[in-house]
Amino acid sequence: MIAAIVSEGSSSLPFLIVGVWVLLLSVFVGFIVIQKVPPTLHTPLMSGSNAISGITIVGSLYCVSVEYPTASVVLGCIAIAMAMVNVVGGFAVTSRMLQMFKAKESPKSGASK
Amino acid sequence: MFGVISIQYVAEFGYMAASALFVLGLIKLGKVKSARQGMSWAAFGMAISIAATVALLFADDHWSTNSVIFAVASAAAGSALGYWMAVKVPMTSMPEFVAFFNGLGGLASTFVASAEIPRAAHLQLSLSDLGDKDHPGEGAMFAIAAALAIVIGAVTFSGSMIAYAKLAGKVNKNRAGPLGSQALNALLVVAAIALGVWGGFMASDPMHVYIAGGALIAVALVLGVGLTMPIGGADMPVAIALLNSYSGIAAMTTGFVLQNNLLIVAGSLVGASGIILTQIMCKAMNRSLSNVLLGGLQDAGDGGGAKKDEGYTKVKTTSSDELAQVLDSATSVIFVPGYGLAVAQAQHKVRELATLLEKKGCQVRYAIHPVAGRMPGHMNILLAEADVPYEQLYELDKINDDFKNTDVVVVLGANDVCNPAATQDPKSPIAGMPVLEVWNARTVVIVKRSLASGYAGIRNELFQMDNSLMLLADAKKALEDTITELKAL
Repeated sequence: MIAAIVSEGSSSLPFLIVGVWVLLLSVFVGFIVIQKVPPTLHTPLMSGSNAISGITIVGSLYCVSVEYPTASVVLGCIAIAMAMVNVVGGFAVTSRMLQMFKAKESPKSGASK
Repeated sequence: MFGVISIQYVAEFGYMAASALFVLGLIKLGKVKSARQGMSWAAFGMAISIAATVALLFADDHWSTNSVIFAVASAAAGSALGYWMAVKVPMTSMPEFVAFFNGLGGLASTFVASAEIPRAAHLQLSLSDLGDKDHPGEGAMFAIAAALAIVIGAVTFSGSMIAYAKLAGKVNKNRAGPLGSQALNALLVVAAIALGVWGGFMASDPMHVYIAGGALIAVALVLGVGLTMPIGGADMPVAIALLNSYSGIAAMTTGFVLQNNLLIVAGSLVGASGIILTQIMCKAMNRSLSNVLLGGLQDAGDGGGAKKDEGYTKVKTTSSDELAQVLDSATSVIFVPGYGLAVAQAQHKVRELATLLEKKGCQVRYAIHPVAGRMPGHMNILLAEADVPYEQLYELDKINDDFKNTDVVVVLGANDVCNPAATQDPKSPIAGMPVLEVWNARTVVIVKRSLASGYAGIRNELFQMDNSLMLLADAKKALEDTITELKAL
């Protein structure tokens, strides 16, 4: 299959192959990295990953392009709004939570705040 | 031409930088000290992603003035709403909040993929013909990815809304007519596959493409409800974690629709995160994922659990007065918080009592069971909000051996996570579930509103053990009274 593509003189692999490569490696990286997150931070992890899943903003921006008919643009606008709720809300609430985590060193000053 | 090519390279490098920032951000989330910085990096990555996309769309002449107006207006509205919600939400409602946000993320993916339907109809093409570009198979990939993104996104949305309603106490039922039954769910999956094949590969008449797409969304929405309904209210930590994973998978499939690696990377990271959290939650309950999803324990509990709750004969009750005296003479105390603490909003009172005890030279720690509360890490953020230093929070396996050297354990609104039946009664529905072995302490005080059973619907022998004292009261009120008494001593 790949030989056929090369012999055609094609300069790039079909996206499916590239995409699956990226998917495979990302899943491995994700599993390894996330396993190291301590249980204390599991709620911020969830809200933070929620914010990252707002990456669909990139896709939704395509949908208001000129080559999309009106119905698609309407769907795109809703998608943009919802993805931004995720991005802004997700990061804001995560930082709000992480701000609360305090170390033991000065419990008295922490309590007096 | 040259300009377009170079901006494509710049955008692609921007996407790479963003992917790296997401991964680095999650690595930094592995330590409390660097977590905030990590999230700033991830947010920066998101900003780069948006900027690169806008630059690309402009340079390629995809965007008209109208596009800009639509995009900016929608983005501003969404950002304002998201920020407002993030600032307003109380820490006790975080599970509902996360469930709601998950749902929006899923629906965004559904809409992005659905936007291809009017485009296909407009050009009188099927989805696979629309996606057919330079390589064989690309059209098929496009159609399959679009159908999957639509279905997974819509399932995430309606499932999250049910999870939200269950967490907010608006829905308790596990069935509504045929909704929630495995037969209907199986039927819906078959229907979704059929609609996906028809709309993706066969239909090219505009009307048919629209009907297939619309029906696919409708079927997926009902499926999301049907899959989430059977999951018991107290199993919601698993449901939210799983839906979190779905929202990532939906974004990942959207990446295959748009042939965009950034969406694949970010979506996979979120998907992996949700799956890991799901595994942790299931392990902490010693149950399989399918058992949780089918509401297995819930059914068992409904059978005979309600009757078995009665008949505690040797329960010793106590008062805040007595609790204060017990604590006054203790040199080591462990608090075990559960969902009842969140309901009573008693986290600040615990902290106040703990500070008082520490001033008397008493060692104070907190034991956190992985499934305490309604989402992973729920107790940790509540206690963090009350300024409890995170070093005082101990995981199950780090503290379980220490209970025997502890003077007083105060259980606050937790039940099944410290039920001795899990280790002692092999016939118990929760047999084998790792539990906090609080009964090994010298004295256990259980602050609880009633003797009612927990989510597992089984009796808890802890309540009538020789070293147990029950303080039947609202956690917040009980702690307030204890603090007053302790100060008076």
